[in-house]
Amino acid sequence: MEILMSILAGTLFAAGVYLILQKQLLKIVLGTALLSHGAHLFILTMGKLNRGKPPILLEGVKNYTDPLPQALILTSIVISFGVTSFLLVLAYRTYQSNKTDMMDQLRGTDDE
Amino acid sequence: MLHIYILLPFLAALLIGLVAKKVYRIHTGWFVLPVPVVLFILFISKLPTLAEGKIVQSIANWIPSLDIQLSFYLDGLSMLFSLLITGIGSLVVLYSIYYLSKKEQLVHFYVYLLLFMGSMLGVVLSDNVFVLYTFWEFTSISSFLLIGFWFYRERSTYGAQKSMLVTVFGGLSMLGALILLSIAAETNSIREMIANRSEIIESDLFIPILLLLLIGAFTKSAQFPFHSWLPDAMEAPTPVSAYLHSATMVKAGIYLVARFSLIFSGTDVFFIIVSGVGLITLCLGSILASRQTDLKGILAYSTISQLGMIMTMLGFGNGIATLAAIFHIFNHATFKGSLFMIAGIVDHETGTRDIRRLGGLYTYMPISATLAFFGAFSMAGVPLPIFNGFLSKEMFFDSSLKLEQTIGFAGAFAEWIPLLAVIGSIFTFVYSMYLVFGTFTGKAKLDQLEKKPHEAPIGMLISPLILIGFVVLIGLLPNLINESILAPAVASVTGDLAFTHLAFWHGFDNTPLHMSLVVVAVGTILALTLKRWQPIYNRVPGKFSTDRIYQSIVNGLLHFSSKLTKFYMTGSLRLYTSIILIFLVVSTSIFIYVTDGFKISFDDLAPVTWPEVLVGLVMAVAAIATIWMTQRIAAIIVIGVVGYGLSLLFVFFRAPDLALTQLIVETITVALFLLCFAHLPKLQKSDKKPSEKLVDFVIAVSTGALLTIVAISAHSSKYFESISKYFVDNSYKLGGGDNIVNVILVDFRGLDTLFEIAVLGLAALGIIAMIKYRDKGDMNQ
Repeated sequence: MEILMSILAGTLFAAGVYLILQKQLLKIVLGTALLSHGAHLFILTMGKLNRGKPPILLEGVKNYTDPLPQALILTSIVISFGVTSFLLVLAYRTYQSNKTDMMDQLRGTDDE
Repeated sequence: MLHIYILLPFLAALLIGLVAKKVYRIHTGWFVLPVPVVLFILFISKLPTLAEGKIVQSIANWIPSLDIQLSFYLDGLSMLFSLLITGIGSLVVLYSIYYLSKKEQLVHFYVYLLLFMGSMLGVVLSDNVFVLYTFWEFTSISSFLLIGFWFYRERSTYGAQKSMLVTVFGGLSMLGALILLSIAAETNSIREMIANRSEIIESDLFIPILLLLLIGAFTKSAQFPFHSWLPDAMEAPTPVSAYLHSATMVKAGIYLVARFSLIFSGTDVFFIIVSGVGLITLCLGSILASRQTDLKGILAYSTISQLGMIMTMLGFGNGIATLAAIFHIFNHATFKGSLFMIAGIVDHETGTRDIRRLGGLYTYMPISATLAFFGAFSMAGVPLPIFNGFLSKEMFFDSSLKLEQTIGFAGAFAEWIPLLAVIGSIFTFVYSMYLVFGTFTGKAKLDQLEKKPHEAPIGMLISPLILIGFVVLIGLLPNLINESILAPAVASVTGDLAFTHLAFWHGFDNTPLHMSLVVVAVGTILALTLKRWQPIYNRVPGKFSTDRIYQSIVNGLLHFSSKLTKFYMTGSLRLYTSIILIFLVVSTSIFIYVTDGFKISFDDLAPVTWPEVLVGLVMAVAAIATIWMTQRIAAIIVIGVVGYGLSLLFVFFRAPDLALTQLIVETITVALFLLCFAHLPKLQKSDKKPSEKLVDFVIAVSTGALLTIVAISAHSSKYFESISKYFVDNSYKLGGGDNIVNVILVDFRGLDTLFEIAVLGLAALGIIAMIKYRDKGDMNQ
């Protein structure tokens, strides 16, 4: 299962990277969302998958899945949510100010 | 004691600004004048100590942990240079008082000059190589400031920049040599290095040390091919040219070669490089000098040529040649200093330095003219024993003739040296005559001059007068300074204190005199026919001059770096991302390949179950499908499929909290996407070329593949158990909670959560700021 999940994470990454390389700002934002999904899956896979019960203490249960990656992912989900929403608003404002969301038209002037 | 000597000019530089602000009426130079005079007297007072064969030294700690001490010592060589620096320094300050008007920025001038004086003293007195280097760069910087003194002139800033680039290039390579030297000799002290001579010569570093050190010396002393900064440095005020670019700073390279010649001399490489470069410089400088039309230009090339001659003699390395070199260092400082000052006087009194517009000034400026005749005749080495230049030139010829006896190996090379020496001297004679006769005899062209020429004020004439006094005095009584100054200096270059009697007149029957006579005969013919053959210079293309090479290097560097920067700094995000990713993929792949890092093991895997595989497949398809989405709503839905699929996976993999959070966050994100997309333009089909698409595809796939490989290898090579057992065991005991993930988040690793909240807060504030606050230009639209 871990190998399959690694391949899935890789696929999400590949799709995310491809989107980031596009010209439209919107696609780049979509790409970052895919990238963070891929990264979360990656962290989860790095712990072991499906080795016991959910990490909530119960009488008589000895075997739990690894809780540490889950805590890490939880933190990461929240942070990437913050960043994605910020990026979205940034894209919105960029479009409003510049009337375009094509990256090659959003270059700075030559003097910079 | 020596520390105070060196510190004195720096202190004076600090204080001069205060004095000048208080006293307007008196020329600032008068307050500066006592500094070099006092120093000169102090150095003179040490002469008896040196004559006994002792040295004066003083040591203070600076950076003991790196073995860098402010250790200074005064031996014969340092004494000669110190006397030149302070003595000519005094005369130059006196001269500059009359030369520079009170309207100039005098404080700047004297601060730079005092800085230079102090650092030059530091160079010649330092024993520690790194202290030597520090003062060496100080001289470069103060020289830069002095050349660019009239900073509003374009030529001045150009000359200052050029001299800075060339001398700092040399200074840095010298630093490299000094570091290698201190490694090879295991000491930072020059005297200890000389004691460890054999270790240095036998070490593998010897050749690099020698080459780098000589590059430093050659750039500073304007030797071929680094000479082209000196003529451009003539944009400096004339007192500066007289002081720095004839008498002192350009001799720093000579000093360096002389100082280290106890280590290097006697080796073949040293002889070939130093004498070879010196001879080329001697001939080239003297040939190019008669091409110049600017008085200071002639003097600049003449300085180059004379420095080449001194360098050649240092390269010979035998006793007589060293004595001749030392003697000529002294002589050159006297006559070249005075000639520069007279060129300055001519400029000052006529308004031009162009020799084509000058002529017949003898009637108007008899004293200056007489002084110039003495200076130029001494420079040319006219065989009359009243000129000191003649004596040292005789010794130069003599040593070049005796060379074959001392160094047998380079027979072919050595045979040519006397001939080259004669050729260089012939042209020296030619430009010396061109200089004085062109300026002071012939018909006066008063209509071409800005002012009516008249004799300079007496104050301006004092300094050249004193210098010419030395020219004649040493010419007549060469042994006056021999025992006291020259012999100790030779002793510190060659190592033994052998007192050689300087002959006042050798008699008619000797080869050097015949060589001098040839020089005078051929030189006179060439000088008289100068007008006829001078046009030859115009036929020689300037394409191969080192000036052009310097220009093309500087321009080429600028051009190359701007091209290089423009090549990758295109402003395209896609290119930057691609470069980052390609670098990531390539470096990681190489690392994995080299360390044989890829491992795959099927031992410790969870069983494959269908629901998870199905969800995973759907996610993969959805992720890939986002690439082709042209409808905004469809794109959001597809992204949502990936997110919700992920939360399903979290459910399957027993992460209830994650599933919950992912579900909520995904919902909000989708809502946000929907909100924003309403205001954004439609998704467009990519208008990229197929080749660009292919590149994107390759980058994307290789990044994804790399991540997969890393994930599989990491999973397949686990070295130790997870630390999570601790969390499971202690979640209730220490944290008082059943939900282990939540206990980790708020208890075991609560700081993460604190700052994650901070991130959310900042994002929220940022969003508010972006939406609410706009610049005014935006509001008007």
